[in-house]
Amino acid sequence: MVVQSAAEAITYPAVGAELDIEGISHAFDIDGATLPVLDNVNLAIAPGEFVALLGPSGCGKSTLLRLVAGLEKPRAGTLREDEVRISGPHPSRVVVFQDPTLFPWRTVWDNVALGLEAQGILKAQRHRVDDVIELVGLSSFRNAYPHQLSGGMAQRVALARALVNDPKILVLDEPLGKLDSLTRIAMQSELVALWQRKGFTTLLVTHDVEEALVLANRVIVLSDRPARIKADIAVARPYPRHRGDPYLAELRKQILGLLGLEATW
Amino acid sequence: MSTYSVSDATAAAAPRAAITLADLSGSYGVGLAASLVWLAFGLSCLYWPDVGDWSRTGSLGIGAIVVAAFILFGTFSADYLGGAGQALRKRAPWLVAFGAFVTLWEVATAKFAWLPLPFFPPPQSILEVYTDDLPKLLDSVFASIKLQLGGYIIGATVGFITGVSIGWSQKIGYWVHPVLRFIGPLPATAWLPIAFFTFPSSWSASTFLIALATGFPVTVLTWSGVASVSSAYYDVARTLGAKPSFLVLKVAIPAALPHVFVGLFMGLGSSFAVLVVAEMIGVKAGLGWYLQWAQGWAAYANMYAALIVMSLLCSGAITLLFRTRDRLLVWQKGVVKW
Ligand SMILES: Nc1ncnc2c1ncn2[C@@H]1O[C@H](COP(=O)(O)OP(=O)(O)OP(=O)(O)O)[C@@H](O)[C@H]1O
Ligand SMILES: [Mg+2]
Repeated sequence: MVVQSAAEAITYPAVGAELDIEGISHAFDIDGATLPVLDNVNLAIAPGEFVALLGPSGCGKSTLLRLVAGLEKPRAGTLREDEVRISGPHPSRVVVFQDPTLFPWRTVWDNVALGLEAQGILKAQRHRVDDVIELVGLSSFRNAYPHQLSGGMAQRVALARALVNDPKILVLDEPLGKLDSLTRIAMQSELVALWQRKGFTTLLVTHDVEEALVLANRVIVLSDRPARIKADIAVARPYPRHRGDPYLAELRKQILGLLGLEATW
Repeated sequence: MSTYSVSDATAAAAPRAAITLADLSGSYGVGLAASLVWLAFGLSCLYWPDVGDWSRTGSLGIGAIVVAAFILFGTFSADYLGGAGQALRKRAPWLVAFGAFVTLWEVATAKFAWLPLPFFPPPQSILEVYTDDLPKLLDSVFASIKLQLGGYIIGATVGFITGVSIGWSQKIGYWVHPVLRFIGPLPATAWLPIAFFTFPSSWSASTFLIALATGFPVTVLTWSGVASVSSAYYDVARTLGAKPSFLVLKVAIPAALPHVFVGLFMGLGSSFAVLVVAEMIGVKAGLGWYLQWAQGWAAYANMYAALIVMSLLCSGAITLLFRTRDRLLVWQKGVVKW
């Protein structure tokens, strides 16, 4: 099922981890009733792959990411990172949440340093914090507090906070959702460049079909809640990709059709 | 962290060479008025004879005139005095009002006795207390500060630790919460009679009571602060590799700190009340005791003098607390300026 696309010519640095999602089902109890959210989701992600998840709002995408992060335990099925069962959070799998959730009492620098500090390796690695802040273009805001940032800047800090840990699996929940379209395009290229350089496995949730196609090796389309995998589409195109590419346009049409939006394309 | 308006800043930046008539009615006018009012206060002390026997009338009058001279000097050289000059300018209206108040007070008591005398002592008799009874007053101040500080620090520390524990651990909460609900709402002063004969000394009893009065609000607010921390912060920290100790020390506590300071503020208020009552009833030292003692001798001037000192101390303590908070919580926007 793993698709070796046109990107196969690139040999990824062996940083990314393999991610196996096997027979995952999950549900929430709300007011005594059970709300099924994920229904037997199976997905095998190869090391260094970039997978985008698309699906209707409220179908369970963020829930799946929480399971991958180890923040919750699935009701059925197993998740494995490099053959090891995921039983809790680990800094090798870092999440950028839908909401930036910066710590308001910490400056930009201290927010980014959070992971290294929590793992007790900050003292020796301070330069990594500086580098990644530079990377997201916020060097002049390193001493600012979150309430002094714009929404897009806060998202970039959240991204930097994840990247500084050199994760094996980067889990992104609509990380570019709050950015203006220009910054968004710039950040997309940054993300691809970073991913190519570092080689981490990426799992990205997005609402934007075009974004999924520009970034990912593979696009997974989920059904309405409870989410099942509706389609698993390989995007066999080299990077950098062009938005006007007719191949991508064709895929886009196909995916919008799967999401029940064929008329709008 | 004082704030200047734009016009203040420009005035400071461009010292004016000559004083015009417009200045006299404007920025200099208020300072001039303040100076005149204080001069009037000084002259009122010296001009009329006292209706009673007070030894400090002359010194007070001369002191007031010196103050008037300082205000006059400060007003016209404010532009060259930097921060102090600006502060004087800002407070000039208050100096007018306060000068007028003491003048009226002086005239109404010492000079014409419009107010019944022993109960309303004139300003010079309060000055007399500060000069002649200083050692005893200072002893009382130190005794009060020592008692208050000890009890407050113990209460705040215990309250903070208890609050964090029950906010964090349901098991601890299970045991502590009912005790807290049972004992906490009781006014600490209700323990006075029991405390004074169960504790080895009145000092330890009062320390306990002050700690109790401080501890309850600190506990409750710390607890609610920790309990209301958004779980999203914990999720972020956990995915970044945080251990439980990190979650408590670096996530829960900083996030709860604004609540903790509300608790510390409330605890300060209620502990002052306990301090004064404890000193009046059991401890034979401190400002509360001084008040009690002065009342026993019908020394009304001493009572007012002690009351003024007490008010300055309480206000100072609150200022200190707010300064600390402002420093620790710079990340918050729109904190109240005390
Ligand atoms: N902690 C929770 N308790 C109860 N129900 C929950 C919880 N978290 C999510 N849900 C429910 O699970 C469903 C899926 O939520 P989820 O956040 O995964 O959606 P999503 O696909 O990420 O949506 P969106 O694209 O709008 O972010 C929703 O119906 C939501 O109400
Ligand atoms: Mg979501």
